[in-house]
Amino acid sequence: MDWIWAGVQSIRNVFSIDSGYRLTDDQVINHFPNHVELTRKDLMKDENGRFIHLDFIPLTFMLPADYNLFVEEFRKNPNTTWIMKPCGKARGIGIFLVNKLSQLKKWSRDTRGIGIFLVNKLSQLRKWSQKTNFTPPTSKDTYVISKYIDNPLLIGGKKFDLRLYVLVTSFRPLKCYMYRLGFARFCTVKYNASVNELDNMFVHLTNVSIQKQGEDYNAVHGGKWTVQNMRLFLEGTRGKEVTDKLFDEINWQTVHSLKAVSGNISNDRHCFECYGYDYIVDDNLKPWLIEVNASPSLTSTTSSDRIMKYRLMNDLINIVIPLVRCLSDVRWNKIPQKEHLGYFDLLFDEELAQQDALNMDKKLGPGGMVRGRKDGSRPSPATWK
Amino acid sequence: MTDPNLSKIFMQTLIEDLKSSKIYTDLQNAAQIEITKPGVRLSELKKGVQAGLIHSYETKVTIPSNTTRTYQRTPSLSQKSSEPKLQYPVTPPEHAKEPLLYLRKAQHAWEKRILKSLNSMCTELNIPLARKRPEKEQKEMNSKWTELGVEGPDLTQIRPVYAPKDFLEVIVGIQNPNYHGDNNGFFPLWGIVQVPVKVKSINLLRLQYSEMAINQCQSGIDDSTDIPSELFDLDRIVNANHGPVAQEFSKKGCPSGLRATLWAQMLCVEVDDVDKLYYEQLKTSVLNHDLLVDSLLYKDVKLTATNDDQYFVFEDFLYQVLLPFSRDTFVLNHFSQNSATPPKSYIRGKLGVEEFSVLYPPNGVIPFHGFAMYVAPLCYLYNDPVILYYVFREIYTRYFYRLHSISSHHQGIVALSLLFEVLLQTHEPELFFHLKTVGCQPLKIAFKWLVRAFSGYLSSDQVLLLWDRILAYNSLEILPVLAVAIFSFRKTNLLKVQSYNAAEAVLADLTTLQVIPLIQLSLFSK
Repeated sequence: MDWIWAGVQSIRNVFSIDSGYRLTDDQVINHFPNHVELTRKDLMKDENGRFIHLDFIPLTFMLPADYNLFVEEFRKNPNTTWIMKPCGKARGIGIFLVNKLSQLKKWSRDTRGIGIFLVNKLSQLRKWSQKTNFTPPTSKDTYVISKYIDNPLLIGGKKFDLRLYVLVTSFRPLKCYMYRLGFARFCTVKYNASVNELDNMFVHLTNVSIQKQGEDYNAVHGGKWTVQNMRLFLEGTRGKEVTDKLFDEINWQTVHSLKAVSGNISNDRHCFECYGYDYIVDDNLKPWLIEVNASPSLTSTTSSDRIMKYRLMNDLINIVIPLVRCLSDVRWNKIPQKEHLGYFDLLFDEELAQQDALNMDKKLGPGGMVRGRKDGSRPSPATWK
Repeated sequence: MTDPNLSKIFMQTLIEDLKSSKIYTDLQNAAQIEITKPGVRLSELKKGVQAGLIHSYETKVTIPSNTTRTYQRTPSLSQKSSEPKLQYPVTPPEHAKEPLLYLRKAQHAWEKRILKSLNSMCTELNIPLARKRPEKEQKEMNSKWTELGVEGPDLTQIRPVYAPKDFLEVIVGIQNPNYHGDNNGFFPLWGIVQVPVKVKSINLLRLQYSEMAINQCQSGIDDSTDIPSELFDLDRIVNANHGPVAQEFSKKGCPSGLRATLWAQMLCVEVDDVDKLYYEQLKTSVLNHDLLVDSLLYKDVKLTATNDDQYFVFEDFLYQVLLPFSRDTFVLNHFSQNSATPPKSYIRGKLGVEEFSVLYPPNGVIPFHGFAMYVAPLCYLYNDPVILYYVFREIYTRYFYRLHSISSHHQGIVALSLLFEVLLQTHEPELFFHLKTVGCQPLKIAFKWLVRAFSGYLSSDQVLLLWDRILAYNSLEILPVLAVAIFSFRKTNLLKVQSYNAAEAVLADLTTLQVIPLIQLSLFSK
């Protein structure tokens, strides 16, 4: 069986009608044709073109298109800080935190710099909108603005976010897996919510490419802490129950976000996708889905990073390419054996869940629960539980 | 305690000790309140007060049950001030610290060496052992107390006073003068530790660690299957707040969510307002004076924890524990059972004059390379630096001080090293012989593990599972058992190596190991 690991441009070529190229039955490829659906910052939208409004995604608007909606929201909560990110860029390039409209003014003047923005005064924004006003919203110039999580959970006084890897082998029915070896990325500078520090990106942005430029960056560990360590710390200091709840919520949020876009994705059976999910945990231990990356960085900054990414690739291949010879065809049922999962855990398998529901109906009559079963006898459970 | 005189002395000491404790004042206050209550008759004062106390104070009397346990601890580990001074037989204090003269001498010489290298560093770099901080500097330090790692002192010239490797050389060099030094003598040891201390056989260890047997459920391995009825029991254990109960339970490992509580119970650490105040005082003395040991501690954190991908997030916590620790004179108490003696320094110009001597550092402990790693794993359990501090202090003064002082105690580093060698010789003779022939004495690799209690070598969760057992079994002997288990586990590869470096490479990364199954394997499967 062949497998193709392609960049965004090659994917376009592969799937474009003009190229006339068709994938054969024994070829798999690492993206879905319209995989950007979930991942471009401005495209986290549902079928109607609205932003997915889920209570675990910070409130988000597009600028300049949604400017009026944003102003309305801004007036409701004038003391909130907002974060502005350019669409279609990654690794923290061009992100601002704005909490005064004057800041936004300044940004519009020297806008071509790098810019993360926190907004909290409307005047800044108005000015900005006038200046850039009503230029057609090409992706180059559009920004998303979302509510900034200003009460992040701090460990050792520092802010961090989580990078988790999620493998999707099919959207309809949804089949997805969560990788156990994710990591937390730490800022090098102590967190400080005060307005004076809004410009200090080493305080607010966890992106390794930003932190790397700081003088306190440590190349040995690169500010990366494994999720297992974080779990151990939370269980030790906060208790097992709340920790389990946090990770359960993260899992459900991931499933829900995938469910929300699954209708839009052209579900090609040659395709699989490895997403990088970014979560921020706030000080009430509530996770917030910040961003989804379709091409998470696979370069490594440290040696343990390299080991982890090798493992990720290894385990991923084991899942997308069936190990049993006779199944070497993309039409297999995509239910890998449990022992082939490696460090992946099954997040959700819609097909199995439906079967479960059917079985349950037979057993219990209508209204049987799909979630939270405790039946150990089933060979492959439909969720991680 | 069959001798009535003896028990009387014990009682007196105990009462003396209780008088200086917090429960005593609490009870006294409560008694005074009882007296003023109407309905207490003068003729039945004693009875009335007692009854009232029992009635109103019942909850409080049961809670400190853990405090009383401080006095029930095994005498071997905690001959604290509560140990009464007996009239007979009189043992000189240095014998109580270490009965064997040649070990006492060795420890003394080692201390002198450490002090000398400390002093020479002072002279070389022209920095004082201590100096008062100017007011401005004090304020500045106070304002960034929680982020001391950002701008520490200049450390380029500072080097650790010693590393486990240097200490191993000293231990290897110790000879028992009562034996003939030639290898054909009647005490031929394959290993490099030549001190004839009695160590336990594997059978005794099996008995000691019988709760770790393979047929017993262990936390961290077998707990993937939840049994709800056990949760109920767990609550009862935690609520009992009784050290021995916590200890008995923890023999099979602590569940990660309850470890912080159970450890505090086993160590009798209950932080109250007085303790918080005491910590603040220690902090003030850190702010007031700049000591050379501070730089040593800083340097150590920077060399170890800061670069460790498991512990780097806790860097600032470590300073908040280690710096006050160096000022804490309470730590001096443990020297009554430690073979080491706190080093002395003299006020400038008064060298050698006893009246002008001060203990340096104030807690008497000179940190070595890796000292910060005794604290680092605890950061996974306690988010509050004050609790973290007291738990660390208790663990150190109960257990870890033995890992870097020369003594004949069965939990001292000498006995642990010997136990490691003897166990490995007995159970893996082929491996031991092979390594010895290619010039790689196993202890040369394992020694650093033992000195650091494996902290920084294993993955963080495994260190905690291991330390569970240290606290629960009240013994450090689990360390050499694990070291032997690791050698057995990597035996196939070790038998192929032909040099010290190759062997070290085989054992360089221990982060993938699961310690409890390994220990079970080497203790119970042969």
